Amino acid sequence: MEFLGLYNYWVFAILLMTGLYAVISRANLVKKLIGMSIFQSAVFLLYISMDKVEGGTAPIIQANAPDQLYSNPLPQVLILTAIVVGIATLSLGLAIVVRISEAYGTIEENEMREMDEE
Amino acid sequence: MITLFGVFLLTLLVITAFGIVRAQHLFVSVMLTGIFSLQMAAIFFILDAADVALTEAAVGAGVATVLMLSALALTENRERPTRPRWVPVIVVSATTLMVIYATFDKPLLGDPDAPVHQHVAPWYLENTPRLIDVPNVVTAILASFRGYDTLGELFVIFTAGIGVLFLMANPSKPGAVSLFAATEAEGLRHHLVPRVVGRLLVPFIVLFGLYVQFHGDYGPGGGFQAGALISAGVILYALVDGEGKALEAISPRFLRGMIAGGALLYVGVGIAGMLLGGNFLDYSVLAQDSIAGQHLGILLVEAGVGLTVTGTLLTVFHSFAARDQQER
Repeated sequence: MEFLGLYNYWVFAILLMTGLYAVISRANLVKKLIGMSIFQSAVFLLYISMDKVEGGTAPIIQANAPDQLYSNPLPQVLILTAIVVGIATLSLGLAIVVRISEAYGTIEENEMREMDEE
Repeated sequence: MITLFGVFLLTLLVITAFGIVRAQHLFVSVMLTGIFSLQMAAIFFILDAADVALTEAAVGAGVATVLMLSALALTENRERPTRPRWVPVIVVSATTLMVIYATFDKPLLGDPDAPVHQHVAPWYLENTPRLIDVPNVVTAILASFRGYDTLGELFVIFTAGIGVLFLMANPSKPGAVSLFAATEAEGLRHHLVPRVVGRLLVPFIVLFGLYVQFHGDYGPGGGFQAGALISAGVILYALVDGEGKALEAISPRFLRGMIAGGALLYVGVGIAGMLLGGNFLDYSVLAQDSIAGQHLGILLVEAGVGLTVTGTLLTVFHSFAARDQQER
């Protein structure tokens, strides 16, 4: 089972690059935004994977169990706020896409470029 | 057993991510992102991050999916087929292999001797009961020890909300048809199962949101989670009973007040600390003894966070929903 100890990080690498692939290879703006949120989720997974302590539990102090081990609370705080900031920025991105769609009638990047060149 | 379950979920996560990127129909992609978030929440829970799992489930599987669907309804929901390009595939594969190669130097999952556990985390775990005396260390760090960070995050959310309002603000013309106007005539209200189940669930979701808000010191919870949960509940109400009903319950004016009021409350608590002779965001001076002051400060600050997050998410939802379709 020893080799599975790094499985989380491998999944992190694959997800990160899946998100990046969607951003750089697709012309559709909504697809790019979805790719960015996959990229972001991969970073969340990296942080939360690092917080785990073997035999630990969620960092909520139990007064009647003084020897209890707890997982690291710090990455959790960082990611907790990052998730909500992520949805706020995603909605800003979606709002921009909606306005672009109203102006150009399309959300495909290459079609927009052709319209600009005309 | 837990390890195997984790590996299973992580594998599913990768498959879902591939599905999201491959799907040509954007509706399919968006629905898959909801599933992706739910799997991610389950993984966070296995990794002992109860607070984060709660947030991811409410935000990712609830609010984000609805927002993306609204955006699709305003744009188009089919992606043009693109011919596969080899440069991105090669770049991405090579980088993946490099990152995986780099992970062989990382400590194994759950290793208590990993450098990340040696630095400040033990100090927080050791001193939270003495200095702040709330069981949930995550809340203590979020609202008190690292109150500055959280204030900054809150202002990012605040700014994003203002940005969406600027971009989507629509001088409402008389007789304009809103995106969810169809809901009132033929939408979910006339479907028996969503109507009954939806109406039954809404009060309990909001109640649970309030519980999570005010119980955040003792169990998993706090303003961010509660804000996401309550807005998910109100959005469900809007989907079942029409957007107009939801706007009657909480008016747009009130929502804008919530966005600004929450941020002001947070800053106000910080300034109150300064006026009482402490530092900015030092809650110890707010009451007779420092522990009671910390409790009061955390309660108020979390309330501010909850107000701003709820206000922003609902305002964003309503801006998308009310976007005039004729204007396209």
